[in-house]
Amino acid sequence: MDLSINGQSVQVSASDDTPLLWVLRDHLGMTGTKFGCGMALCGACTVLVNGEAVRSCVTPVSSLAGKKITTIEGVGATQRGKALQEAWVALNVPQCGYCQAGQIMSAAALLATRPHPTDTDIDAAMAGNICRCGTYPRIRAAIKRAAGKTGEVS
Amino acid sequence: MTELAQTVIEIEKTTRRVFLARLQALGGLVLAANLPDVVNASEPAKYGADGMPHGWKDNPLAFVAIGNDGTVTIVVHRSEMGQGVRTGMPLIVADELEADWTKVRVTQATAEEEKYGNQDTDGSRSTRHFFEPMRRCGAAARMMLEQAAAQTWGVPVGQVRALNHEVVHEASGRKLGYGALAQRAARLPVPPRAALRLKSPAQFRYIGKGETPLADGWDIATGKAQYGIDSRAEGMLFAVIARSPVLGGKIASVDSSQAAKIPGVIKVVPLQSVAQGAQFQPLAGVAVIASDTWIAIKARNALKIQWDDGPNGTYDSQSYRAEQQQAARKPGKVLRATGDFDGALAKASRKIAAEYYLPHIAHATMEPPAALARIDNNHCEVWAPTQAPQVTREDVAKHVGLAPENVTVHVTLLGGGFGRKSKPDFAIEAALLSREMGGKPVKVIWTREDDLHHDFFHTVSVEHLEAGLDQRGKVSAWLHRSVAPSIGSIFGPDPKHELPFEVGMGLVNLPYDIPNLRIENPEAAAHTRIGWFRSVSNIPHAFAVQSFVAELAAAAGRDHRDFLLELIGPARLIDPASQGDTWNHGESPQIYPVDTGRLRRVIETATREARWGRKMPPGSGLGLAAHYSFVSYTAAVVEVAVNRNGELKITRVDIAFDCGPQVNPDRVRSQLEGAVVMGLSLALTGEITFKQGRAQQDNFHMYQVMRIDAAPPEIHVHLLPSTDWSMPLGGVGEPGVPPIAPALCNAIFAATGRRIRQMPVKDQLAQTAKSENA
Repeated sequence: MDLSINGQSVQVSASDDTPLLWVLRDHLGMTGTKFGCGMALCGACTVLVNGEAVRSCVTPVSSLAGKKITTIEGVGATQRGKALQEAWVALNVPQCGYCQAGQIMSAAALLATRPHPTDTDIDAAMAGNICRCGTYPRIRAAIKRAAGKTGEVS
Repeated sequence: MTELAQTVIEIEKTTRRVFLARLQALGGLVLAANLPDVVNASEPAKYGADGMPHGWKDNPLAFVAIGNDGTVTIVVHRSEMGQGVRTGMPLIVADELEADWTKVRVTQATAEEEKYGNQDTDGSRSTRHFFEPMRRCGAAARMMLEQAAAQTWGVPVGQVRALNHEVVHEASGRKLGYGALAQRAARLPVPPRAALRLKSPAQFRYIGKGETPLADGWDIATGKAQYGIDSRAEGMLFAVIARSPVLGGKIASVDSSQAAKIPGVIKVVPLQSVAQGAQFQPLAGVAVIASDTWIAIKARNALKIQWDDGPNGTYDSQSYRAEQQQAARKPGKVLRATGDFDGALAKASRKIAAEYYLPHIAHATMEPPAALARIDNNHCEVWAPTQAPQVTREDVAKHVGLAPENVTVHVTLLGGGFGRKSKPDFAIEAALLSREMGGKPVKVIWTREDDLHHDFFHTVSVEHLEAGLDQRGKVSAWLHRSVAPSIGSIFGPDPKHELPFEVGMGLVNLPYDIPNLRIENPEAAAHTRIGWFRSVSNIPHAFAVQSFVAELAAAAGRDHRDFLLELIGPARLIDPASQGDTWNHGESPQIYPVDTGRLRRVIETATREARWGRKMPPGSGLGLAAHYSFVSYTAAVVEVAVNRNGELKITRVDIAFDCGPQVNPDRVRSQLEGAVVMGLSLALTGEITFKQGRAQQDNFHMYQVMRIDAAPPEIHVHLLPSTDWSMPLGGVGEPGVPPIAPALCNAIFAATGRRIRQMPVKDQLAQTAKSENA
């Protein structure tokens, strides 16, 4: 099976029902995308598929032919993704950091449709991503910081 | 002999001495000291890092390496789980070393306590215990570089000084970088401790500033950071395990024929059953080893297993609660008695009683337990997100039949710890399965369901309080009975009473000015694995005490803040032992007395910043709670709004915190922000229930944790300033949690008049509103 991941064509052999998450992690060694629940409840496994936030733990790999997959390893190649990563670092957002890849991917999808999100937009778009450490105040601030930067040029 | 004493003796008989030392560090010390047969009572008590297994080390050769290019590598021996230890600990060394932070690399120690000192990352004590040793490491390395430069130039060492990654000789203007000096410095003897010149705080470059970027910030933001679950090795296999749903259960029969047919399944392995009180030993189970995680999960679903549940198969949290309530309404073991509670209550003008309930909770670290192990040539290597590296090493060694020297534990980043990952059962599982596969690397992954079903759960409590108010509305009598199964139950025969470290978490050590007081601990048996959860027994004790004080204030018609300050009484230093607290979070009662002045100050700060006493709109309210734990002082004010449908919004939280001097104030703030969110999360939705011995919550739809849309829009952290570096440091990771739930429920009371005595809040407000609106 051919997949397009972070702009590269990748060959994988896994059964059709295998969730993208395990293809990324176990078959391709791309461990930036995290396992948290396996039921699309926590958002740790969020990737972009054609620019939209998708929970890779419930997305069968067979459904992804011809679609563009972006993971945390590749999102920094976009201006928006890089701005988010820089904001995350500048504000020391992470505690344990485990959920943050998924948070950044959801934030990237949010900024794609709403370059200047309100608090309500942020809460709505990010409510699918759990952070057990409770970094939510800094996540809100980092999204706004990144939006401020990308907003000037978009 | 009490059952508890018997437990300690059993532990001594059946485990090695180092394990006893670990239990002592948890609070068994004084208890054991009463039993001369167990340990020598004449041994002076050890506190702080001295009281921990393998104590502390400050050898710069173990912690610091300098390359010829000037790169300074600093070893971190404690585990990073979000508290910022991989930034905070090296920052201390780098500061004393006069190192340029941009040239510092951080590396993680393997498990080796003989070399690094204690590595148990728990009890909010990494910085508290290693601030001084790490300063000495840095200072010793700095002095060796200065000596090397002085020798190179042939000048007295007193004429040179280290400054920002160079040693300078001001008289001649000569300079040498650390890289150029590294080899010569490394050949010099380490200066003796007494000869070390530590910086004065005014010279601190990083300590106390909070401006150091996170060591792993960029790796986390770009997906490069490696957690235990991310560990990989050539030829690695993947395993999931179907574990006994009931503690102590055994496999009656297993049919793996369907599972074995799934392509990619490599082996199905039964794991031995264990009895209750088996420490961190894995549960009985059937492991599926496969070529990827998904196949292993699918095959596990295809297993047909009959379990023999054993005696815990009847554990039901609802009926257990009734048992606990019965116990709480009868006298129990007296832990502390002052004055005459019964007499004073009989004479009281008002008598008030309340009972509080706090269910089991699960840690639910975002990274579920996971570990990789391989065995090659009688050497086992483990990669694990462990809070207890040395325990992991010793336990893995024991289980696979190797000497601890033949086990290497690589400590990865932890995707959350909160106490769960102090228990290395998952690492032992990986090692056992690797052995089963002839030493091939096997990674064990717990699914979220596994994590919630088989946690070492936070205890379940009924807290019963009674008090009498005199004619002036002052508290004249106070009774507190705490009924909760003990963490001691995982270490051997169930003590059925809270251990010293549990009662010392806000139960006996009530720093209030009450003349007639009795604190009791009736029996409670454990029917599931009970473990540490961030702030541990402070959670139920603080919830009960801080809710009850608010109830008493309301009964007395007094302002809660004024009433609480009056109850605390004037600023004074209290010897914890005088309150029946023989543990004091493992710290010396001389160095760390309970300081009611500091407790008062955090209350005054939080209430001032929250503008306590302001007029609130209908349906809104402010709630206060304060608690002393981990030798730090915390007060929180929560602001809520409740609408007529009982929908609750938490609009603002102010938290004031005094932990003494702060090495990295930014991480102190982040720990408190996180503690607020976690505290609210537990209070609103945190509950694990049991039926037929089985945890009933499967995943995040049933065990809900706070999400961003419910998190307060405003969290204000107020750190009490302290620039006096001679003051002992307090704990940071845990003390933010305990006051949050009671402050929330006190706010709900202020807003609605409804008193919540049962955790979690869940839909209790909506139910009340429904019946009132009907």
